[in-house]
Amino acid sequence: MVLELQKPRPIWQIMFSTHHTDIGLLYMIMSLAALFMGGALALAIRLELFFPGSQIIADSMTFNRMFTVHGTTLIFLFILPFASSIGNYLVPIMIRYKDMAYPKLNAIAFWMIPPAFALIWLGFADFTWNAYAPYSVISAPGPAADMWIFGLKILGVSAILGAINFIVTILKCKHPDLPLSKAPLLAWSYLTSSLIILVAMPTFAAALLMLLTDRLAVSRFFDPAVGGDPIAYQHLFWFTFHPEVYVLVIPAIGFMYEIIPRFSRKPIYSHSSGVFAFVLLAIVGFASWAHHMYATGMSFTEKTVFMIGTLAAVPASAMHVFNFLATMWGGRIKFATPMMWSVGGIALFFSAGAGGVVNSAMPLDFISHDSYWVVGHFHLFVMGTIAFGSFGFFYYIFPYITGRMYNEKWGIVHFILSFVGAVMVFFTQHVLGLYGMPRRVFDYPPIPEWIAMNQFITVGAMLLGIGAAVFLVNMIYSSAKGKPANMDDPWGLGGKYYYPYEAKNPHHSH
Amino acid sequence: MSSHSHWSEWIYIGVVVALLVWVGAEAWNLERLVEHVPEDAKVIKVTGQQWFWTFEHEDGTKEVGELHVKKGVPYKFEVTSTDVIHSFNIHDYVVLMDAVPGRINTVWFVPFDAGEFDIQCREYCGLIHYNMRGTLYVEDDA
Repeated sequence: MVLELQKPRPIWQIMFSTHHTDIGLLYMIMSLAALFMGGALALAIRLELFFPGSQIIADSMTFNRMFTVHGTTLIFLFILPFASSIGNYLVPIMIRYKDMAYPKLNAIAFWMIPPAFALIWLGFADFTWNAYAPYSVISAPGPAADMWIFGLKILGVSAILGAINFIVTILKCKHPDLPLSKAPLLAWSYLTSSLIILVAMPTFAAALLMLLTDRLAVSRFFDPAVGGDPIAYQHLFWFTFHPEVYVLVIPAIGFMYEIIPRFSRKPIYSHSSGVFAFVLLAIVGFASWAHHMYATGMSFTEKTVFMIGTLAAVPASAMHVFNFLATMWGGRIKFATPMMWSVGGIALFFSAGAGGVVNSAMPLDFISHDSYWVVGHFHLFVMGTIAFGSFGFFYYIFPYITGRMYNEKWGIVHFILSFVGAVMVFFTQHVLGLYGMPRRVFDYPPIPEWIAMNQFITVGAMLLGIGAAVFLVNMIYSSAKGKPANMDDPWGLGGKYYYPYEAKNPHHSH
Repeated sequence: MSSHSHWSEWIYIGVVVALLVWVGAEAWNLERLVEHVPEDAKVIKVTGQQWFWTFEHEDGTKEVGELHVKKGVPYKFEVTSTDVIHSFNIHDYVVLMDAVPGRINTVWFVPFDAGEFDIQCREYCGLIHYNMRGTLYVEDDA
């Protein structure tokens, strides 16, 4: 069993372990640390924007560094490692194998992340998580920029190693009695997102090297004075990072596929539709990257192609929403904490998708592009959908890791504060964008509507912050003093699903 | 899975696809009209650099940080940058175009209201990005 806290072990035994549940635990602890660190930066950013003028942050460069590290931390050090954590716990169990295919590679992939974490935080670069050339080449101060480049390079390699491990584990190590088509949708989510990483990531790896050599002045890839092209960097960047958006969201959808049937006490409406939608998204997701670049001076034809490619990705996401609702329809739903996060996440996923259709429509993009609309739009995905799915799954897996139940009441308080906060922050940011406020600004002119909306957003962000504090206390208190969980069925739902404690960790005595 | 019918899912997908086709077709048609620059448009060269805007009219007059135009006259902006990428934005007139070094991007508009409007930078360009602002003055041509 995976009762980490009921049967304490020396920390080095977990740190030097290659067992999938130990690596899963390491990923989880590190990703939650990143969540609180990145979240604290967000609260500071929101406090700064409560009034026009300088409030709590001394100068714009500090502010620029903070939002850069905020984004980098939450994408690469919270969302991705959290998904790796759950994948490590559950994928081997779901495909009925004793461990990941390459346990040592698994440990290496994890242990590459802390040095990258240190590089990003000690450097504190300012060029936004996009690091667009030529700003990142000729204007961003070093060594912060170079440390960020090396940090991201390490994270990219780690992601590729992790992806190879998931793909081989699922395709080669699954039990012969289990046809791939019948593998649980959570396992399918890791297969498809890992395949996307494998195809997408090398492009950004190349872009990072080109940035580095350009910064060292040994190459001029992005310098137009000698025939280079700054827009080439954006193509390389978005060819990786638009598909990467699906890498982030697909495991969160997988979490919901595990939670929603279980708490609706009904089988999933259509397993094959879920598999089809994952695979479709993984393919179509590669046809939309340049919708981030309409305003760089693209031709009408180019914009049309990428608009069609973007719209083509929508039905796959819509199929998931249908699948969730059809599963819940007529079910005996128990609204325990994991289910509330999943349902809230689906609602915000739908809103985010609807807003995305607006962005992709060419003339409307020129209203929303690089405004607060875009900030609201992608936060509805990364926070509203992916973090909500992750919180839900954290509560779901909590009894299996600790052997104790979290406090249900405080779990629901965490959800309500976060849901209200997320709606206040991210929906209002859409409207603020329509009023013309650019993103990534330290200060703004005292336009009454802008001030009012910024203050409303900051209040919402504080609700999210209070929710996170409730979460932290609940997590620490319950893992030490919570009620012992009924390990066969912690929520009294009946039925047999995938229980993480089935993992046979050699370090645990049975 | 195969035990129940999927007609409801097919109808739902059909509705979603129909909506997307409608949005795509409308957007295509509108963008096609919007990008058609009138032939009599006056050219204004716009140059972004850290952290201000320079404007050059057809007659060679230059302005820094402010731009004076006449109401009802179509203008074509030729936007470029001398250092990093900026984005030239007059939000009230939905004018938005990246200023990219080594490229000249064009965007056009007709001011239809006299008055003062904000010009701002919408692409992160460093230290003073937040204050890379200017003012558009639309004058009544009496």
